[in-house]
Amino acid sequence: MAGADVDVGTELRLGLPGGGAEAAKAGKRGYEDTIDLKLTLPTGGMQEDSAGKPEPAADKAKRPAEAAAADPEKPPAPKAQAVGWPPVRSYRRNAMTVQSVKIKKEEETEKQQPAGAAAGANGSNFVKVSMDGAPYLRKVDLKMYNTYKDLSIALQKMFSTFTATGKIRHRNEGKMVEAVNGSDVVTTYEDKDGDWMLVGDVPWEMFVASCKRLRIMKGSEAIGLAPRAKDKYKNKS
Amino acid sequence: HCSPSARPRSSSRAMSEEDEDQAGAPPKRPRAASPPPPPPPPPPDQVLDNVLETVLQFLRAPGDRGAASLVCRSWHRAESATRASVAVRNILAASPARAARRFPNAHHILLKGRPRFADFNLLPPGWAASAFRPWAAALAAAAFPALRSLSLKRITVTDDDLDLLARSLPPSFRELSLLLCDGFSSRGLASLASHCRGLRVLDVVDCELNEEEDDEVSDWVAAFPRGHTDLESLSFECFTPQVPFAALEALVARSPRLRRLRVNQHVSLGQLRRLMALTPRLTHLGTGSFRPGDGAEDEGLDFGQMLTAFAAAGRANSLVSLSGFRDLAPEYLPTIATVAANLTSMDLSYAPVNPDQVLLFIGQCRSLETLWVLDSVRDEGLQAVAMCCKKLQVLRVLPLDAHEDADELVSEVGLTAISEGCRDLRSILYFCQRMTNAAVISMSHNCPELKVFRLCIMGRHRPDHVTGEPMDEGFGAIVRNCSKLTRLSTSGHLTDRAFEYIGNYGSSLRTLSVAFAGDSDLALQHILQGCSKLEKLEIRDCPFGDAGLLSGMHHFYNMRFVWMSGCSLTLQGCQEVARQLPRMVVELINSQPEIEKTDGVDILYMYRSLEGPREDVPPFVKIL
Repeated sequence: MAGADVDVGTELRLGLPGGGAEAAKAGKRGYEDTIDLKLTLPTGGMQEDSAGKPEPAADKAKRPAEAAAADPEKPPAPKAQAVGWPPVRSYRRNAMTVQSVKIKKEEETEKQQPAGAAAGANGSNFVKVSMDGAPYLRKVDLKMYNTYKDLSIALQKMFSTFTATGKIRHRNEGKMVEAVNGSDVVTTYEDKDGDWMLVGDVPWEMFVASCKRLRIMKGSEAIGLAPRAKDKYKNKS
Repeated sequence: HCSPSARPRSSSRAMSEEDEDQAGAPPKRPRAASPPPPPPPPPPDQVLDNVLETVLQFLRAPGDRGAASLVCRSWHRAESATRASVAVRNILAASPARAARRFPNAHHILLKGRPRFADFNLLPPGWAASAFRPWAAALAAAAFPALRSLSLKRITVTDDDLDLLARSLPPSFRELSLLLCDGFSSRGLASLASHCRGLRVLDVVDCELNEEEDDEVSDWVAAFPRGHTDLESLSFECFTPQVPFAALEALVARSPRLRRLRVNQHVSLGQLRRLMALTPRLTHLGTGSFRPGDGAEDEGLDFGQMLTAFAAAGRANSLVSLSGFRDLAPEYLPTIATVAANLTSMDLSYAPVNPDQVLLFIGQCRSLETLWVLDSVRDEGLQAVAMCCKKLQVLRVLPLDAHEDADELVSEVGLTAISEGCRDLRSILYFCQRMTNAAVISMSHNCPELKVFRLCIMGRHRPDHVTGEPMDEGFGAIVRNCSKLTRLSTSGHLTDRAFEYIGNYGSSLRTLSVAFAGDSDLALQHILQGCSKLEKLEIRDCPFGDAGLLSGMHHFYNMRFVWMSGCSLTLQGCQEVARQLPRMVVELINSQPEIEKTDGVDILYMYRSLEGPREDVPPFVKIL
């Protein structure tokens, strides 16, 4: 597979659904009708998209533009939120997101919420993410993202540490190699019925509603998923 | 080598650079532990050393110890041999070998890793992922043979590290505390439970454990050895998977010395009641969810039963601290009123308690010294606290909704009330959406004992919402009137004037955090040239550049670290610092590793170190 003689064309990308330069390169994968969500591992090259931010914190992923000496009286751009501001740890932030949603619900309905610490229907939707070869799992809150692109940026960040430190085991060499020579990976998800689908096939909202967990796996192992996904959702709609 | 004018003064806490300058490691003192042959009469200078050691054992405060070690060589030797509590407040600053050479008889070791701003996702993961490895190896190789307790803060610790420690720590080892750590999972905890004989304290607090598949989570609670354990303290509130209750109950039942028990959010109210029945002399209780569950332990649970349970704890008069309430069922909240009179510490910071609910118990909390709440208590709740908790020393008001545009729940009204009611206040952390200079000034006058003042106005650059003025005067009053102030965090719209005040009056400040403030380099200059005791400086997103940074050259060796992110520093400026201060490790960190940055400095994190630049450096870090 991807050996030392591979050129830039086989670099791993976490591509935009349905467009952009990455999709053109993804064309060689052979899933013409589907949207490839491939994991781009940091190679030092530029990513064309806007700044993504590390953890699935509740704030949006933009740096404040007013870091430079701006007119101090001018209020900050209303929608751009800063990373890590207000300074509250993500654990607390996430825990409180669940809580405050519950309170709003209680105030509306004046009924007790069902017991249990599982993610609320509107509050958060944490799913486990595993990457083949990574030493441990992560969790993402799908409610934090609005598009496949946002999710792909977050996943990229989450697992970039593994690749940056060479922890991904690549099939061709069986030992730690730099990401740029690595094999292709794709992102798949397990839906409510227990089936494994390629991420990116269906509209975002439908994906979020049906996704139970994510798995980033070797590209070759994902062959055969695409047609099933298409058929499955064709019948459902 | 550093010039005399930049000669480092010994920090009261960290390892002193004086060690290196005093030509080599202190000689090992002969210990009388093993049965010796009858010794010849000691030479005169050794008599003095023995006397010194005996006397110095009574010196406990780190500052005193540091000072004593600087008197002369024999004092240095004696102090090093008798130091029981060793704090390495930056594990990158000193190697374990060096620490072990100097302090071979350490009983307690504290290690701190990441800078605090890493808590807020400003530092990419993997920044110093293997910094603990050499320490684990050294500890396992009995570098500190008398070790009793180990505290780790903001350090990445792997399951393998924990396993190594568990199997190799000396028999004297009793206490392990992991605070804000990450990198391990239930597997590591299971190793500790099964191999660490005689463990008395296992406190896992605010840690981010690795996710595990449900069927791979280790039942570490069941891994403790059979028979009675010596456990005195068990904390696992941050442990996200469910702990099998039968194992937990069995462990508690066979731990007669247990005094501190803090369970995670999966423990239901009915289960809590069972645990409380087994531990009548608890001093610290982390209550888990504080909500009835679905299991057998909760069948038939009602208010009366919980009231009885807490009343029993109240009669025993030992419970002083309550925390948990991770999924509070408010109708059960009044049950804690029966223990409230004896409580000195209460953490409700995960419970969205409203003002009416506060009134259900706060009247009893006459002894409360530490209180953590959410801003859901609103100004009215804080007014109640101010009226009832006259002994309050530490208050944290944390945001229910941590966003800049969240609802305004607390304001200057609450802060003023607290300042008027709680005159003994030492430490406050207050999140709000709006504030006035008047309230802050009022607190500066009413609370002269303040050592820690951390105000977080959540909207960036927000001025005094009544006058529209910057918050300069408020913070100025704090540094001027609170003479004991050692830690300050600023927020809101601040001009250079605020920092002029801080520089002029903040002579006892040791830690300063600044975000989205100031107009120019002048502000940073005021800080660096005025705050002579400054040890920790955290700055984010301020218009400070090289000129400001370079104005602190005379002082950096006396500091533990400087963090500047999102400012206007350049590579040249940072290189200049690195050039002039060879003992500073100057790290330039790219907070977004997947985007190659060519212009400007993203994060500057610099710290003094006896070891020079570290070797395991991730690709997004550049050490100058």
